[in-house]
Amino acid sequence: MPESAPTLSARWPAIAKPHGASTVVPNLVDYERTRAEFSWAQARADLDGLPNGRGLNIAHEAVDRHAAGDRRNRVALGWLSKDGTRRDFTYADLCDETSRFANVLKSLGVGKGDPVAVLAGRIPELYIAALGTLKNGSVFTPLFSAFGPEPIQSRINIARATVLVTTDALYRKKIEALRGSLPSLQHVLLVGETPSIQKLSGVRHLRSLMADADQHFTIPPTDPEDAALLHFTSGTTGKPKGALHVHEAVVAHHATARFALDFHPDDVFWCTADPGWVTGTSYGIIAPLTHGLTSIVDEADFDAGRWYSILQAERITVWYTAPTAIRMLMKAGAAAARQHAFPSLRFLASVGEPLNPEAVAWGVEAFDKPFHDNWWQTETGGIMIANFAAMEIRPGSMGRPLPGIDVAIVRHVGEDAIEVVEAPDTEGELALRPGWPSMFRGYLSDEERYRKCFVGGYYLTGDLAKRDRDGYYWFIGRADDVIKSSGHLIGPFEVESVLLEHPAVAEAGVIGKPDPVALEVVKAFVALKLGYEPNETLKRELLGFARVRLGAAVAPKEIDFRPSIPKNRAGKIMRRLLKARELGLPEGDISTLEAS
Amino acid sequence: MTPDDIKRVIIDALTRIAPEIDPASIEPGASFRDQLDLDSMDFLNFVLALHDRLGVDIPEVDYPRLYALDGAVAYLASKTGAN
Repeated sequence: MPESAPTLSARWPAIAKPHGASTVVPNLVDYERTRAEFSWAQARADLDGLPNGRGLNIAHEAVDRHAAGDRRNRVALGWLSKDGTRRDFTYADLCDETSRFANVLKSLGVGKGDPVAVLAGRIPELYIAALGTLKNGSVFTPLFSAFGPEPIQSRINIARATVLVTTDALYRKKIEALRGSLPSLQHVLLVGETPSIQKLSGVRHLRSLMADADQHFTIPPTDPEDAALLHFTSGTTGKPKGALHVHEAVVAHHATARFALDFHPDDVFWCTADPGWVTGTSYGIIAPLTHGLTSIVDEADFDAGRWYSILQAERITVWYTAPTAIRMLMKAGAAAARQHAFPSLRFLASVGEPLNPEAVAWGVEAFDKPFHDNWWQTETGGIMIANFAAMEIRPGSMGRPLPGIDVAIVRHVGEDAIEVVEAPDTEGELALRPGWPSMFRGYLSDEERYRKCFVGGYYLTGDLAKRDRDGYYWFIGRADDVIKSSGHLIGPFEVESVLLEHPAVAEAGVIGKPDPVALEVVKAFVALKLGYEPNETLKRELLGFARVRLGAAVAPKEIDFRPSIPKNRAGKIMRRLLKARELGLPEGDISTLEAS
Repeated sequence: MTPDDIKRVIIDALTRIAPEIDPASIEPGASFRDQLDLDSMDFLNFVLALHDRLGVDIPEVDYPRLYALDGAVAYLASKTGAN
């Protein structure tokens, strides 16, 4: 459990601004005034819209308008491959490639609103497919490449994706055996070597289709409320939730990046998040391009030395990363960073889970600049609360609401009612006034779950927080049992369901166990069926069983046996009790516990 | 400890974290993370396990030397004085 605001702010003094010398004037200087003068209509006017009043399309704002303007020959994507080669795509190149992809979709009969799932590492085709899908009016649905077959299958089926873009290798490893249980899929487009792909049936070779496609494509009329992006997230119970976003979201992607990431026209930006998660799409693909920046994409996994070299060699000016990565860099020590020089680096930001004060301050030690934590979630589509370039940082705080975003701390009163908590430093649920452009428009095929998120005129985030006297927000924890690990939300139910598929398992309960690097790691408790012995061999078998199905990103890191899993009278798994026992904390009220 | 002993320690550490791994399928020259499904936490736990089992200090700057089996054996052999 994070420490509370008063104790943290006593031990970690605020970091004053301006910090160090910079010749760049931040976009947000006078917080109160900017908030007062801001309107979403004005923010919309910063974008072009499709020519001749044909609407608003994310890909036009991100690519085509720059390709037709003075940024045409600027590098849009600087792609660094695992093996050390690089490929640059100018805005003109990206326009051609995404048009080819849109034409491929069109030629296959894929149209407006059709979900196009993309399962790939950070390769250029992922970015091209994302933006080409948006051009065609289809819905981009990213799937994290480290998911195992189980999460992939459930997400493709909930999305009812008609197209899957993936690589030859991922297809063989994770999709081929599932193909019969993915009824919505009509087309599978593979990236890879031709001879290898030719051996597979029911797939097409993306690069040949692209080579044959026209590089000109006119974006069809796009209503700002047309579906654009489908991102999956997890709840405590039930299946993953597909949060649907529309083209109008680009207004928020653009405006929030200007305020919270302080984008300026000459910036070289690096977002380390994978587009399989919402950050890697909103800020890893869309926002830097709508601003006409150069966006760096690194295909490789985390590596401290590699990251410092990229920051230096690419002359990154704005860097957006995650607490787990920062804490891994901290383990390598500030001296490793100090071996490099980062004269271009101007602004550091972090998202995914609360950034601990040590990590905020470590930024100063390593880079002469503090990290700016911010807060948002899949459903919000963009940054909602942030520490800003021109405002003092309170280490451990998520910052203050962005212009255009109204935030409250609320308390539940009765079944379907809330009241706003005005008193400072009081814990409650973080809630947002609906109406910002990147707010999700629904959970796919789950209207009831969507409706339940809105009570008393607020969207309830599921996060518990406090607001201090000066309007800074402080994260407390989750209101539900969702696990936050390495910046990703993991639903315990999804993990428990897979464990229950093993013949030895009678009951399973899954919690987030606190971890100094990842915030939480997935830990499973398992009760065995009669006749099975709890031993090390079975533990390893279960671990492997879960990893093969769920993938490393979702599967438990630890499994422990228990004689039974605590449940309440209604049969609900009492994950909080499991967690309290794991941590040796008081167990609280267990009066509703089922006698077993 | 011989290089073969070290290899056994490495394989044991890997399969404790990811029991689904078939040791025979590991390509010695290719990166673990490219051929096996390991996330960054798994890799961190792998390094910690090697540290515990072999009693050697592995500074973070040397982590890339543990990315593939061949390199890891050579690196750990040099640290433990194996021959």
